[in-house]
Order: sequence, then structure tokens, then C-alpha cells
Amino acid sequence: MSPRIGVVTFPGSLDDTDAQRAVRAAGCEPVPLWHGDADLRGVDAVVLPGGFSYGDYLRAGAIARFAPVMRLVIDAARGGLPVLGICNGFQVLCEAHLLPGALIRNAGRRFVCSDRWLRVERADTAWTMSYAPGAEILIPIKNIDGGYVADPRSLDAIEAEGRVVFRYIRGNPNGSARDIAGVTNETGTVVGLMPHPEHAIDPLTGPSSDGLGIFTSVLHKLVAA
Amino acid sequence: MARVVVDVMLKPEILDPQGQAIAQALPRLGFSDVADVRAGKHFVLDFPGEVTEQTVREIADTLLANPVIEDFEIHQ
Repeated sequence: MSPRIGVVTFPGSLDDTDAQRAVRAAGCEPVPLWHGDADLRGVDAVVLPGGFSYGDYLRAGAIARFAPVMRLVIDAARGGLPVLGICNGFQVLCEAHLLPGALIRNAGRRFVCSDRWLRVERADTAWTMSYAPGAEILIPIKNIDGGYVADPRSLDAIEAEGRVVFRYIRGNPNGSARDIAGVTNETGTVVGLMPHPEHAIDPLTGPSSDGLGIFTSVLHKLVAA
Repeated sequence: MARVVVDVMLKPEILDPQGQAIAQALPRLGFSDVADVRAGKHFVLDFPGEVTEQTVREIADTLLANPVIEDFEIHQ
């Protein structure tokens, strides 16, 4: 039986359908979850997709963090459930303090939509084990609140603990501190990134198929478990 | 009834692109002597009865502000 991966839809989510498609393409079974759900339907992992949950009111991800289903996701993540946050999902995970740092308005103050090169800095997390360490991948980015920030002491700690999973190379699109595009938690089970791997699983519709490795990583992790 | 105001500001060490945009627009309007602008949020909370500072602090710390990047001040 293939692993079941929940994809949460919040009011204002945009990329839940593409995330489900990517999960399916990797050989897993996507399970739609609704923000108001009171159970996780026994899923083996969760993806929080991109979009503008609750209109990005207050701060991006600030309201979604308190959605009923998120209470369950946060508890399960602390218990080791693999959780991936893409774009708005990354913002939600930072707001929930499952991941360090926060995302603020892009340094250029403009919405950025372009294909970006990333370097995989950690190829041993639940969501990156399909990649070779140091692999360079081409993934689209599309956001206005994509600037990764933390105070300098926290940034030093994040670097020292090896929590940076993806870094922008060949240009930093949004002023993210130390070119950080994605980070992980202490155990490598929770990963968040601003770029959209679910839009890069098929050269027909994306710049590459480099994003598929995120979803095959969790498949291998779950099958091996 | 109690009215409480909470002001939320990005921490000084966090870059404020919106404040910078405002600062850059001011000289175009003829205000050339503004050294810096920081943008923040101002919340006005009305309670039907009395409220403790501890409750307001909890509201500010969990939802109104993200303590990772923001500081808040309570005006009761």
C-alpha cells in the first residue's frame, strides 16, 4: 500500500491541487484535508501548500496556524510526523514555531515570479533524501512575503545546527538572510521552503522536474520506516 | 468597558522594507529631513468588562505579534 500524504486546504490556498498531483506523481496517495477538520485521517505525512490562507491578514500564516487541523498537525509534527510547508505553508510552520525564523515582505517590495536555482544543503531530511548533497535544482518562486529573516544570533545558531536545507544560488530574489530558501527542524522531519517544488515535477508544465525529488524523498522515508 | 491599545513593531535588527519605501517616498514630497521610518501595526481592543494586563500580553504574544521578529507595547 502506498503511503498516504495529507494536503491541507485553507480558505485562500492556491496550490493544494498541484501539491496533490505531485504527491501522486511520486507514487503516494494524496489525502485532501480541510482546515476545519478534526482528525488527520491517519495520514503518514502532511503537506501545507502555497497560497494566501485567510487573505494573509495580520501576517502571512498567522491565522492559519490556529486552524483546527493545524492543532493536530503541530502535535503530530512534534511527535515525528513528516511535514512539508511550501511558500504559504512555510510561513505557517514559522508562525507555529515548528521552524525557526520568519518571512517578511520581499526586500524589493515586489511580487516575484521566476525560476530560481537552489542548492540542496541537506540531503538527509525526510523531504530531501532523494537528492545528492550539494545538488543544484531549478524551482519556480512566486511570492511577495518571501524574505527569510531572524536576528543575527538565531541565524548563527541555524547555520551552526545545519538547519539550512536550501539556499538560493545565482542571485537572491527577495533579500532572504544568508540566501536561505528553506530550513528544517532539529530532527529533519519538518521542512519549509519558499520555492514551489510541486510546480517543477514535469518539464511539460514547469522549468524542470527537479521538484519531484521532494516528494519521492518522503516516499522512500515512509517505505523504509 | 476597557479599551486597550497594542502597538507592534518589527525588532530594530529586522529589515523593514515597508518603512524604507515610505522613507524613500518622503523626499519626493518635499520632506527631505526624515532620517528613518519604521512601519508598525496599531491594534485597538475593546473588552466588555475589565481585563488584566496578563491577558492582553498573552493575546499580543500569541497572535498580534510574532515574537521571533516583532516587539509589542501595551497601552492600557
